[in-house]
Order: sequence, then C-alpha cells, then structure tokens
Amino acid sequence: MLKLPIYLDYSATTPVDPRVAAKMIPYLTEHFGNPASRSHPFGWVAEQAVEEAREEVAKLVNADAKDIIWTSGATESNNLAIKGAAHFYAGTKGKHIITVSTEHKAVLDTVKELERQGFEATYLDPQPDGLITADQIKAALRKDTVVVSVMAVNNEIGVIQPIAEIGEICRANGTIFHVDAAQATGKMPIDLTRLKVDLMSFSAHKTYGPKGVGALYVRRKPRVRLEAQMHGGGHERGLRSGTLATHQIVGMGEAFRLAREEMATENERIRMLRDRLMKGLMDIEETYVNGDIDHRVPHNLNVSFNFVEGESLIMAIKDIAVSSGSACTSASLEPSYVLRALGRSDELAHSSIRFTIGRFTTEEEIDFTVKLLHEKIGKLRELSPLWEMFQDGIDLSTVQWAAH
Amino acid sequence: MFAPAYLDHNATTPVSSAALEAMLPYLRQQFGNASSRHEYGREARRAIDTARQRVAQAVGAHPTEVIFTSGGSEANNLFIKGAAIARRTVDKRFPLVAISAIEHPCVREPARQLAKAGGSLREIAVDAECRIASADFSTVISEQPALISVMLANNETGAVQDIATLAAMAAPTGAWFHSDAVQALGKIPVDFRSLNAAGVHALTFSAHKLGGPKGAGALVVDKRVELAPLIAGGGHERGLRSGTENVPAIVGFGVACAEAVERLQQNAQRLRALRDEIERGLVQQGAAIFAATADRLPNTVYFSLSGIDGETLVAKLDRAGYAVASGAACSSANPEPSHVLLSMGIEPALARGAVRISLGPNNTNAEIAGFLQALAATRTNLQSLTAMVG
Repeated sequence: MLKLPIYLDYSATTPVDPRVAAKMIPYLTEHFGNPASRSHPFGWVAEQAVEEAREEVAKLVNADAKDIIWTSGATESNNLAIKGAAHFYAGTKGKHIITVSTEHKAVLDTVKELERQGFEATYLDPQPDGLITADQIKAALRKDTVVVSVMAVNNEIGVIQPIAEIGEICRANGTIFHVDAAQATGKMPIDLTRLKVDLMSFSAHKTYGPKGVGALYVRRKPRVRLEAQMHGGGHERGLRSGTLATHQIVGMGEAFRLAREEMATENERIRMLRDRLMKGLMDIEETYVNGDIDHRVPHNLNVSFNFVEGESLIMAIKDIAVSSGSACTSASLEPSYVLRALGRSDELAHSSIRFTIGRFTTEEEIDFTVKLLHEKIGKLRELSPLWEMFQDGIDLSTVQWAAH
Repeated sequence: MFAPAYLDHNATTPVSSAALEAMLPYLRQQFGNASSRHEYGREARRAIDTARQRVAQAVGAHPTEVIFTSGGSEANNLFIKGAAIARRTVDKRFPLVAISAIEHPCVREPARQLAKAGGSLREIAVDAECRIASADFSTVISEQPALISVMLANNETGAVQDIATLAAMAAPTGAWFHSDAVQALGKIPVDFRSLNAAGVHALTFSAHKLGGPKGAGALVVDKRVELAPLIAGGGHERGLRSGTENVPAIVGFGVACAEAVERLQQNAQRLRALRDEIERGLVQQGAAIFAATADRLPNTVYFSLSGIDGETLVAKLDRAGYAVASGAACSSANPEPSHVLLSMGIEPALARGAVRISLGPNNTNAEIAGFLQALAATRTNLQSLTAMVG
C-alpha cells in the first residue's frame, strides 16, 4: 500500500537515514558533553565523535580532515566562504566577484550584500541548457576578480557545472574559487585532490543527515584565508565560533560515510527510476525537460507542462510532494528565476515541476506519479481555452491579448 | 563508559527526556523542509510555530520577537554585529559599543572586531564581587554608546546583574541595550516584557544550557531595533537569519524552555540548597569563593584553593569521578587566568586556581557529599606535594 503523499522532493530535504538517527541519539543523551570541555570525559567523548565525523566528511570528497570547518548549514557555509574570502582578499586582490544567475539564494543574496558594501559583481547567465561554460568565466575574469562562486549541482534542474575547468581558470588568475556543493554530495563523485577548488560548501540534510549542520572545506595547500563571520570562543580554527552541536555533527559524518559507501549502487537505481519517470511523462504532449539531461545528477527531473497553470497543477497533484521552484523560494508565486535565466517563457516557468528522487523512492511510487500526472494534466487541459486554441492550430505567440 | 558525576551544567546540559521525545519524530518520519508548501513542509512549519510560541511564552515575549539561530554565539553576534552594521548604514561608521568586562567571548569578540573595523569599544568595569560598577556605568552612559551589552548572569561566577536598573539608566541616551541571558534562563526568572519596559531591547538564549539540544538558540528582540542579518540567502526568520530551519533542535528548544520555566521555582530551591551545602564545605576547606556576596545563580559556585592550580585540581577531581570546569568551557584550552576574575581584581595567582561547579536538576546530595570528600583528599595530597617541593 502506498503511503500518500509520495515524497519526491529530495532536493528540498531528505529524511534522516534511520542508521544516521540511531548514531545521533546517544549524543543527545548519555554522551551529551560539550566538545570544548577539556577537563572531563564528557567533553573528550564528544570531541572524539566530532573528529571522527570530520574524517568521514573529508573522505567523501577526498580532502584532509583539517580542511573541514563545521557550520550550521550550507547557507552559513556559503556566507562564510564568499564574505570571508572577499573581505580577506579585497585589499590585495580586488573587489570584483563573478557568480551565475542560477545560483542558490544563499550565494546570490550574499553577493548582493557585498555589492552594497562596495564590491562589484558579474552575474553570468547560463546557456539554455542550464550550463555555464569555462569560456564564459574566462571572458568575465578580471585582474581584480577576488572570488568566483559556481555551484556544483543546481538545486532546481540538477545540472552539473564544469567545476574542474573553471577551477583551472580561476587558479591561473589567482582568484579564489568557491563551489556550493550542497546538492552534489552523494550524487556525484567529488575529488578535492584533483579539483582546483579553494572553498566548498556542504549540507547534511540534503544527503540523509540532519538539518542544522553543514561544513565548509577551506583549502590549506595552497592556503586560503578567510575573515571569520561569527566570533567568540575561537572554535574551528577561529573561523567559526559557537558550541559544536555534537549529535548533528555525528549525524553528518555518518550520512557522508553512507553516501561514500553506497553512492555507486544507489545512483544506478535512482537513475533507473528517473528514466522511468521521464519516459512516462514525455508521453504527455507539450512537455519539456528543463536543463541538460546528460550533464545532470540522476536524482533530478524538472519538467514544464505547457498549457497548464502551475498553481492549479500543484493543487491537482496533492498526492505527491514536489516543488515548483526551489523550497527556499517556493512560498512566493514568482516563476522560478532559474528557469527564466534559461530563457524559458513565464508560462513554461510557471508550469514547471521539480521531481527529485532519493534513497527511499520505489518503482511503485514512480508509476503512481506517472499515472497521476497523465490524468490530472488531461483534466486541466480540458478546461483550458489556451489548450483548445493550440489544438485548433492557433499560434499563441501571435495572439494580441486585450488589456482589461 | 565510567561516568563521573556531572557538575558542569553551565558548559552544557543533557537533553531532557521530554525534549528528546518531542524531537525524535522530526528526526524520523516528519522530516520536511519548513519552506516546502506540501504537507511535509507544512507539518515542519507548524512545529516551528509551536516552538516559537513556547520560547516566547517562557521568556515573556511575543512570538514575532523570537529569531531562531544556531545557538547563543550566533544570537550574540547577530545583535552586536547586526545592530552595528545597521547603524553604520545611517552614520557611515561603526558606533561606540559598550560591553561589560565580564562578557562571554561571543559578545566580546564581535565587539572587538567592530572596533578593529573602525568603531570603538568601551568595557564597563565590575567590582570585586563581579557586579557592574555603577560609577563606571554612569561614565559610560555619558560617552553615548549606540549599543550596550551586559550579560544577565555570568557563566563563570554566576553573578546576576540588575539589568532592568542599568537599562533604565541608559534609556535616556537612546542606546540599544542587549543582555546575554544564556546562563539565566531556567535558573532565575526572565521576563522580556517587563525588562523591555525598563529599557532592555534584546536578550540571547541557548537551548543546550537548559535541557535542550545543541544547535538552537534565539535572539529575542524589540522590533524597533534595526538589525542587518549575518547570514543571507532565502529570507528565513523575517529576513534576519537565512538557512533551512533546524526543525528537531527548534522543537527540542521549545519543549526545554517550557519545562525549565515550569520547574524553575522547584529546581532553583533544590539547587540553591545543594550549592550552599557545597559552598559551606568549600569554605571549611579554606577555599575562596568568588562573587560570594553577589546575587548569584542558584546552581553555580566558583572557587579557588590557595596554592593549588585549577587545571591540576580539575584533572584530579575527574579521576576521582567528578566532572567540573576550570574556566569557561569555550576557552578551556586557554591557559591564561580567567578574564572575568582578573576584571574583578583577583590576583592572577589565585585566579589560576579557579574551579567552577555548576549543578543541574539531576545532581544528588550524595554526589555533593562525595565531591567534598574527594576534594578534601585531593587537596591534602596536592598541598603535601607542594609542601615537599617548597
């Protein structure tokens, strides 16, 4: 029996894997010490757990544990990375920042804040497939470009940006390269010994770990310096003060360990489910996949259903939990800024649905979803005068609408 | 694991069983992102709303005055830096910030950063009993700081400041008055409504100091205070703190607050009795008690035995089965004597001997008696060693 609503919103957040939760709970109860307490075993046990988790996070991305700084989540990591590097190097390198218009708000809002402080920013629009090219970065780079920030995997359309190439270009220019990898961990291999990435943000709750914890990779060789954003007891090499939330950190470590061990087999299964979903939905007329399908994590399918009004569609498919736009901005009725940056019309952006598949998704759930969408889109289009006009062969782009 | 008696509740506390029970569903089936519009998300949003009401009720605030953060450090940074940055956009430079000399590093350090970035910092002196020196406070007021931060209860000595009176003194200047109340909530009554009427504009709280989980805290703030967010991106918490809400921790924080406040009278009375018993024993053993005559938290005693190093003593006590602290947990790695004690004018030699005991609701009379015995044995041992070396 299917449990409704079916959760297909794994890019908004994932359930905590039961193995992760089991590992966390003792650190809420018997091992409750403050990892900064140096005078008794309550503190030592907590500190040891924190360091073991740091090793696990580092291993998933082939980094050294010493390069990993704990934060409260990827949003804080992105803020710390971009503001921290921009402030530290502004005097020596310059005040120009490059990012992409389809980045997460945590990056875009941070860059906007820096603009208000006197930095200058270039927002690159990706190609219609959602990808940014290394040449675009090369063309935008200046001598005074202090930070480039490009996400590894887009949260809405799942496309994988060419991080390796961009890293080479930034390094050659002496520019700090930051990558938001919140949507990438566990979905694609990341090897920081090969990538020329200086700063990389991670989140636990997108990879079956708990909310409230994330990490920032801060390269030590060659050394990257940051200005701390949160000051206090000098935790985390002075880069991030505040009592470490042991249970959450333990959860992130276990989640990243599981991701490392299970990613290869899990992703094959998820790819199969995604392809099944795509095949099922593409049978519906006037349906478009948003974003490149090859350079993309297997978990994501973002589709626009032409001639269907987005809000009515969301209301009609209440039995599945999906999102239109990203979770962080989906409270607004604005069409997705990511899809608009790809050049999608407002209508198509409005009628888009992001399906994100994960560890606990079943074939049965996918089949239910395909059937539901066929049924509901059929019904909605029956009610749509636009659909009727389209069926009659009218080119809607030539219609002059009267204003009311 | 061999578990010593835990006498370090000002560093952190175990999560109460009620808070834990409330959190568990949100680590399991109720995992939604509170910003999602589907049922998983709405369920998470409702949980946060309930927690916000609980925290607000516990501290006498309106729910819309509660800004959830990742903890006390972040809330203190948000007030100090956030208010100073907002002020800079008006005045074109960072303002004068006045903080007490005994603040926790997560108030002192952001204030120092602002001073380095072109603002100025004034520390307010305390007397030998860890109380704000009222003459110096009056002088500070006349210097017209834009922000004032005086902690409600000190983490080391437990000394409680009369922030209502201090805020009322500062009110005519128009300064924003903030108080770090992390150590106070659940141990003494805290009521934002009446403090706000007296002139306090913001309070900081932390979940893990009162039986809630690590990873959640709050800034309770008067909406007239202009704050710039420290963490941008998505506009959560009225735009003052972006980032996916830590639902389980926030839920645990709400329950822990409600519980701590509900049991305040009963716990405080019991803790005070236990603390007084320890203190009598300590005095009998020749210990100097810091801030002994100040109004103090009922659970805290901070002492020094002449000629005995604090670090050495806590290590011996640990081996004897008692977990205590030689200073604030956050700066335990720092061998410098406590800045709080030095501010009180305590001699560095005596300050180096400082040991803090902070009790919690689960501590027993037997543990107290055992502790005093262990201390007596350790003291005799250490003092005879000192005598031999001397």
